[in-house]
Amino acid sequence: MKIIVCAKQVPDTNEVKIDPVKGTLIREGVPSILNPDDANALEAALQIKDNNPGTTVTVISMGPPQASYMLRECLAMGADEAVLLSSRAFGGADTCATSTALAAGIRKIGDFDIIFAGRQAIDGDTAQVGPQLAQRLGIPSVTYVQKIREIKENSVVVERALEDGYEVIEVQRPCLLTAIKELNEPRYMTIFQIEEAYKKEIKIWDENDVNVSPDVIGLKGSPTQVFRSFTPPPKGKGEMLTGTVNEMVNALIAKLTEKHVL
Amino acid sequence: MIFSEKHELIRKLARDFAEKELTKDILDRIEETNEYPKELLDKMAKAGFFGIKTPVKYGGQGSDMLSYVLVIEELARVSAVTTVWVSAPNSLGGGPLLLAGTEEQLQKYLVPVAKGEKIMAFGLTEPNAGSDAGATSTTAVRDGDYWILNGRKTFITHAPVADYCIIYAKTDKTQKGSRGISAFIVDMKLPGVSLGKPEKKMGLIGAPTSDIILEDVRVHQSDMLGEEGKGFTNAMKTLDIGRIGVAAMSIGVAQGALDETIRYAKERKQFGRRIADFQEISFMIADMATKLQAAKELVYRAAQLKDMNSPDATQAASMAKYYATEVCNEIAAKAVQIHGGYGYIKEYKVERIYRDCRVFTIFEGTSQVQKMVIANTLLKK
Amino acid sequence: MAVRIIEEKCKGCTKCVKACPFEAISMNGKLADIGPSCTNCGACLDVCPFGAIEQVDDGKQGMDITKYHDVWVFAEQRDGELMGVSIELLGEGKRLAQEIGCKLCAVLCGENVDHLVDELYEYGAEKVYYASAPELKTYNTDAYTKVIYEAIIKYKPEIVLLGATHIGRDLGPCLAVKCGTGLTADCTKLDIDPTDKKLMQTRPAFGGNLMATILCPNHRPQMSTVRPGVMSKPERVPGAKGELVKLDASFKEGDIRMKVLEVVKAVTEKVSLTDAKVIVSGGAGLGGPEGFQLIKKLADRLGGVVGASRAAVDAGWIDHSHQVGQTGTTVKPDLYIACGISGAIQHLAGMQTSKIIVAINKNEDAPIFEVADYGIVGDLYKVIPALLEALG
Repeated sequence: MKIIVCAKQVPDTNEVKIDPVKGTLIREGVPSILNPDDANALEAALQIKDNNPGTTVTVISMGPPQASYMLRECLAMGADEAVLLSSRAFGGADTCATSTALAAGIRKIGDFDIIFAGRQAIDGDTAQVGPQLAQRLGIPSVTYVQKIREIKENSVVVERALEDGYEVIEVQRPCLLTAIKELNEPRYMTIFQIEEAYKKEIKIWDENDVNVSPDVIGLKGSPTQVFRSFTPPPKGKGEMLTGTVNEMVNALIAKLTEKHVL
Repeated sequence: MIFSEKHELIRKLARDFAEKELTKDILDRIEETNEYPKELLDKMAKAGFFGIKTPVKYGGQGSDMLSYVLVIEELARVSAVTTVWVSAPNSLGGGPLLLAGTEEQLQKYLVPVAKGEKIMAFGLTEPNAGSDAGATSTTAVRDGDYWILNGRKTFITHAPVADYCIIYAKTDKTQKGSRGISAFIVDMKLPGVSLGKPEKKMGLIGAPTSDIILEDVRVHQSDMLGEEGKGFTNAMKTLDIGRIGVAAMSIGVAQGALDETIRYAKERKQFGRRIADFQEISFMIADMATKLQAAKELVYRAAQLKDMNSPDATQAASMAKYYATEVCNEIAAKAVQIHGGYGYIKEYKVERIYRDCRVFTIFEGTSQVQKMVIANTLLKK
Repeated sequence: MAVRIIEEKCKGCTKCVKACPFEAISMNGKLADIGPSCTNCGACLDVCPFGAIEQVDDGKQGMDITKYHDVWVFAEQRDGELMGVSIELLGEGKRLAQEIGCKLCAVLCGENVDHLVDELYEYGAEKVYYASAPELKTYNTDAYTKVIYEAIIKYKPEIVLLGATHIGRDLGPCLAVKCGTGLTADCTKLDIDPTDKKLMQTRPAFGGNLMATILCPNHRPQMSTVRPGVMSKPERVPGAKGELVKLDASFKEGDIRMKVLEVVKAVTEKVSLTDAKVIVSGGAGLGGPEGFQLIKKLADRLGGVVGASRAAVDAGWIDHSHQVGQTGTTVKPDLYIACGISGAIQHLAGMQTSKIIVAINKNEDAPIFEVADYGIVGDLYKVIPALLEALG
């Protein structure tokens, strides 16, 4: 089988802090990481590879040249090859333009049986690129995949998580599946595979390589645009209760009763 | 030092592993039960931690000394005892084999050790031969195709759980001192091999240690490691690697102590302000960080020289071990001091750190032995 | 629009480099240089002391947007019941429609869910587009996408709102690509620009560290998914009526490439954080899973439900369905009690619009106190039992 995994390098948003005085983002020292859901997507592909000898796993990403570090990590987890879509023309893309670029890259990679993507990236949390990419490639997609039950000759049976349970869905191949955390536990790299990853070449393609017009990708190809960004204003500080535990508790009950929430 | 992207990725692997797997709960349990969980060892084996620089054809990962240092450092930052388990197959267990093993011995013994399937201990120290390893009194006497071993090895890490042990024994009593010592690979299940009672240690709880007693143990000639009479050289070369490993543990543990201290100093308030705002405390932390950085540079350099097979590697390894272990103890002590009473309580990480690192200046060559080695390289040319 | 450096004015002060949330600006010698990761957010414009950064129109052409009218709300139903967020969106959609001066419509798909049509009128829909077919009984990506896409092409709404549920977040992107338009995910605030009647969609990014207002100026419809629990439900007006438009729902071979074999409801207790009036949440400060028993006691006593911080969920102490925050559920109960939760930004993003917030934490510097109406510094294992006792 031939599997393609979409991955993104993202700033570790858990490490992002706000300057308490200026109210701006503190970016310094925030590491860039493989997007967590994408690690689950890659793991799903690698598990299929483990059980089906001859399977190849290709990881594709769009991003600046530094994103090749994340792709090496994917190789060191066990992916066979990695492709990075990188050029100025891809920059500033919204999800719509991102899916256009990835679709072009995947067409160049060639045939595939399954595409895995993470549900969403932690820097944007949009969960849009996966299903949008499927639409552009004309293949069916299932999002929020929490379990892969069976890989059949022409279809895949998966569980799709809902807020209050899950659905069992059989989807025709080729298809795109988006992975959530519950799908699996991503494996660690191995030291051997890290060594090997640095012996491999990461293909870097620009818009000409994937034969896509600069008008439909990047900022130009993005229907949405950021009008302005701001840090959310913190809610004002309230009242700190004082005294012994019992005094504080009684004061609290009095306040809450007064506000009619008790 | 500026690392290559590859080495950064190896560091990331070890850091991710340490942060995710070596949780407080698990570490506390190890401390309580004195047992290291098998699942953790299996996971580390899978990530390749047991054969970092062992060649791929012998079941290893084919990386280098610097990678080994980075893995040990990152793991030690969270758990010192974990690095005892990781260092064994890489240095004292696998090292003697890699230095002197025949192809057959490497396939038979090194492959399973590098894959984490078997545990190899290192039996050099004796009750009366510590720093003076040349005073080895364990003997091996030839009997046809066999050697008959008698003696007692002491403070042997992993002895209670080991499958094999490298035993250094005197094969030629006519030779004085370090000469006439040979190395043997001894299967711990052989008749005549027994264990002393497990030692109750101050720190590094979860890495069982005991004596190994050899009584008329018959070891086949094919299990002699390296040439007859060349055992001492083998042991000393192995310790070169081991020293860098302990130095790497030290910088990791010290980093862990420093991290905890910085966090605590920013949280803890006395006299109406953070203790970090007192110059005495802040200057102690500045000292800790500076010395730690100096130690790190020595350790990384030693690893690089080793990777380059430089003639200066021995001196560099001793300098790294001497300085890093001493500085680690100093940093751990200051960490406890800054934590005040809390630093003396087991609930706080620095308490364990303080106990764990105490042995670093002692095992695999005391600080004093390191100074001897360093002085020798300078004065005996 | 694109952001551009006016080279003659740039003095190389690097303020914009530090201010850019996307690391898009670097220094090229003494001049700032805007790189490919620029999203035109404009954060640099405000910080430049020399007025050396400008936003320029890059003359991007979209589609003929004048033909698009009305606000549509995707009326998501499961088992013949409307999802709460769809009702919230009718309330919000009404407000937007009034500001633009157009109609509020609902789009409903299902099989024999006629009773919901009236309910949609009663919650404010003036028009309901309704498709009924066996293929639409439960949500199916291909089937729903086809029917609604065809309706959008035919009736041309200018705004389409969907709830940011697992279903809305699946359907939205598929529709947007087919319609060739943009989509803004997980909005927490919607406004109409009074000058040009365009939809201003505000959403959190960077794990809630940053808010961004997004426009879709040249493409229609303007599409957003909106987080459940953020907007208020409108009053239901019994007996309200509207216009019904039946949608075509016929499918041919190959239209639907996936089949739902089974729907399994969670066996675990259903937590409806979004609808709860009272939420008592526990975090890392509980120290272990047992702590949630105490949290549950207090929640039960107050007639509320149990919430949790990401730290507690990640530690495996409680199921993800309890998680409040950016990656969990957004809540705005009347009373939110945070116990042993330090208040990571990602948690605050999901609960800070609660009416009254009470925080109980050992650490007096915990950020949770910054948003709390009432703070108690103390051991939750002492405070909660005392609270239970006082409540009787």
